[in-house]
Amino acid sequence: MGRALANPLDIYLRVEKLPTLWCPGCGIGIATQALLKAIDRRIREGFLRKDQIVFVGGIGCSSRVAMYVKFDSIRTAHGRAIPLATAIKIVKPDRRVIVVGGDGDIAGIGGNHLLHAIRRNMDLMVIVINNMIYAMTGGQHSPTTPPGIYTTTTPEGSFERPLNLIKLAWSLGANYVARGSVTHPQLLEQIFYKGLERRGFILIEVISTCPEVFGRHIGLRDAVELYRRLRDKMIVKKNPSIDESEYDWEKGFVLGVFVDREEKGYIDHLRLLRRDCMR
Amino acid sequence: MRVDYVNGNTAIAEGAITAGLRFYAGYPITPSSDIFEYLSRRLPEVGGYAIQLEDEIASINAVIGASWCCVKSMTATSGPGFSLMVEGLSIAVMTETPLVIAYVMRAGPATGVPTKTGQYDVLQAVYGFHGGLIIPVLAPSTPQEAYDLTIKAFNISEKLRTPVILLSDAVLANTFGRVVMRSAGEIEIIERKKPTKPPHLYKPYEAEEDLVPPMACIGDGYDIYVETLTHDERGVYAPTTHVQRKLMERLYKKIIERSEEIFEYRITRPSGSCDYMMISYGSTALSARVAVKELENESIRACLLTINTLYPINEKALRKLCEESSMVFVVENNLGLYYREIRGVIRDKPVISIPVIDLEIPDPNEIKRMVRKWVEH
Ligand code: SF4
Repeated sequence: MGRALANPLDIYLRVEKLPTLWCPGCGIGIATQALLKAIDRRIREGFLRKDQIVFVGGIGCSSRVAMYVKFDSIRTAHGRAIPLATAIKIVKPDRRVIVVGGDGDIAGIGGNHLLHAIRRNMDLMVIVINNMIYAMTGGQHSPTTPPGIYTTTTPEGSFERPLNLIKLAWSLGANYVARGSVTHPQLLEQIFYKGLERRGFILIEVISTCPEVFGRHIGLRDAVELYRRLRDKMIVKKNPSIDESEYDWEKGFVLGVFVDREEKGYIDHLRLLRRDCMR
Repeated sequence: MRVDYVNGNTAIAEGAITAGLRFYAGYPITPSSDIFEYLSRRLPEVGGYAIQLEDEIASINAVIGASWCCVKSMTATSGPGFSLMVEGLSIAVMTETPLVIAYVMRAGPATGVPTKTGQYDVLQAVYGFHGGLIIPVLAPSTPQEAYDLTIKAFNISEKLRTPVILLSDAVLANTFGRVVMRSAGEIEIIERKKPTKPPHLYKPYEAEEDLVPPMACIGDGYDIYVETLTHDERGVYAPTTHVQRKLMERLYKKIIERSEEIFEYRITRPSGSCDYMMISYGSTALSARVAVKELENESIRACLLTINTLYPINEKALRKLCEESSMVFVVENNLGLYYREIRGVIRDKPVISIPVIDLEIPDPNEIKRMVRKWVEH
C-alpha cells in the first residue's frame, strides 16, 4: 500500500515479505521472474485470470516461491505439495494450480507423489528448480546431484546415478515435459508461457544455480563464475527427442520441450464421469 | 430423520455426509477401508469426491488442500496409516485447517493383527504428531455414537479450525446397531467463520475473541497465504520467542478452554449408587457395561462412565463424576494407557488399571474377576 511499484511484476509479489531469503546470485529469483512474466502475458491476453492461479509449495529454498508470490498460495511439509495441489485441482477444477519446488522436495522426498501424479496425468504444472543439491539444509546429496560432485553427505564425491526427470515424466505419460535453465531466461519464459496453456500433467525442469552451497562446495565460489560454467553446459534444441534429454554434467544438458501432446487429463476424465456435479 | 441398521464404519460415513463432508482422500487399510468404499459410492451422489491416493501422507495433504478450498474434508485410517499421517496432522494444527480423521484402531504394534481389535493407539492419536499441541479426540462406543460424534467432530473442527480425530476400533467398525440419522436441517451443523473485512484489511491469523481467526479460502479473493512456519497475525514467518509464544498459547488455549463444551460422556448406574466407578471408552465400554450390571448381583455397586471425549478432558467434570466412588477402575483393551491420563486427574483415591488384552471384544468375566480382586482386598 502506498509504495511505488519498483517493478511491473510487483503486483504479483507479496512485497511486504521482500527481500527474499535467497542468496545473491541465486537462480531461483530468475526462474520466478520468468514464470511471473509468462503468467503476466497470459493474464494480459485474457487467457487466465489472476484469481484463477494457485501456488503450492513444500519445503526448501525453491518452494519459497509460493511464499513471495501474491496469489492464493499454500505451503505444506517437505515433499507434499503435489497431493495437496491435486485436491485443490479436483475441488476447484477451473484453477491453474502451480507447484514449485526443488529437486530434493519434488524428486527426492516427494518422488512417489510425483510419479503417481504424472501417471494420473493430473492437471498440475509442476516446476522443479533443479540446483542439484539440498541447498537450505546445507548441501547434502540430492537425487539430481551429478556423479563425482562433492556434497556434505558424499565427501568422496557422489557415485549414485542421478535422476533424469524429463525421461521419468515422459515414461509415465505427462502431457508437457520441458527443460529450461536460469541461464536462458527468455527460453524459460517461453516454456512457462506454453505450459500455462496445456492440460494434464506439465513438468518443467529448471536447471538453476546455487552459488552459496553447490557452487561454493565445488570451488566455484563466485556466482557469476558458476553461472557461466552452467551456461556453457546448456544446449538449446528446437524439437529435441526424448533420447536427447540425457542428464549429463560432462556432455551438457539439452534444453527445450521434449513432450507436448493433448491427451485427456485427469480432470477431463472426471468431468466426463461427473458431468452434472463439477463445480 | 430416518432409522437404519448399520455398522460403526457406515455410521461414521453417514454422519460425515450429514455434517457436510464433500471430499475424502484415503489409502486402504483394515479395518477402516469400508468407510472409504462406502463414501466412494455415496459422495458422488451428493456432489462430493472420494479419491484414492498413493499413501496416507498424500491423503492427509489432499484433505488439507481441499479444506483450504472451504470444502469439508476427511480421511480414515488405522495405526500404521496414522503413523504416516502425523506429519500432515502437525501441518493442519499449525495452519488451523479444519479436517476429520476417522482412526479405526486395530491390534498393533507394527502390523499386529489387522482384522482384530485393540486400543493400543489411544495416546498416539493425541500425542503422535510433533509440536506438542492438543487436538480433540472423540471416541464412540456404539454405531449411534459413531454417527453423532462424527457430526460433532466436524462441528468442532469447523468452529475451532482444528483437526479432530474420531477414534474407533475394529469391533465397533463391524458392530451393527440401530442408528437414528438426521438430516442437516434437524441438527446443528457448524460452518467455518469467514472474514468480513475486505482483503486489504484482513490478517489471516488474527484471532477474534474466541481465539479463532476467520478463514478465507482459496478462491475467496483474499490471495491467501497458508504458512506452516511460525507466523505472526499477518502470516509472516517470524522466528522470535514472542511470536512463537503467542501463537502456541493461542493454539493450545482455543482447544483447552473449550473442554467443557467438547467433553462428552455417558453414565450408566445399574443400582443408582456408585461405590466404584468404572471408566471405559470405545467398544470396550460395551463389555464394561455388562460387567457393572452383573457385578450388581454380587452387591458390588459400580457405575460405568463411558468417556466419549478422550481429549481434552474436562477435569472438573471428571472429578465430580467420581466424587462418591471410593475406587476408580479404568478398563481398556491395552496395557493401561488412558489410565495414566485418568490418574493424572483423579488423585484423591485409588485409580486402578484394568487392562484386558483381547483380540475379540474384551470378556466381561475377565473384567469382573479383576474388579473383585480389588474390592475384596
Ligand atoms: S542456498 Fe542456494 S538455492 Fe538456497 S537461496 Fe542460497 S543460493 Fe539459492
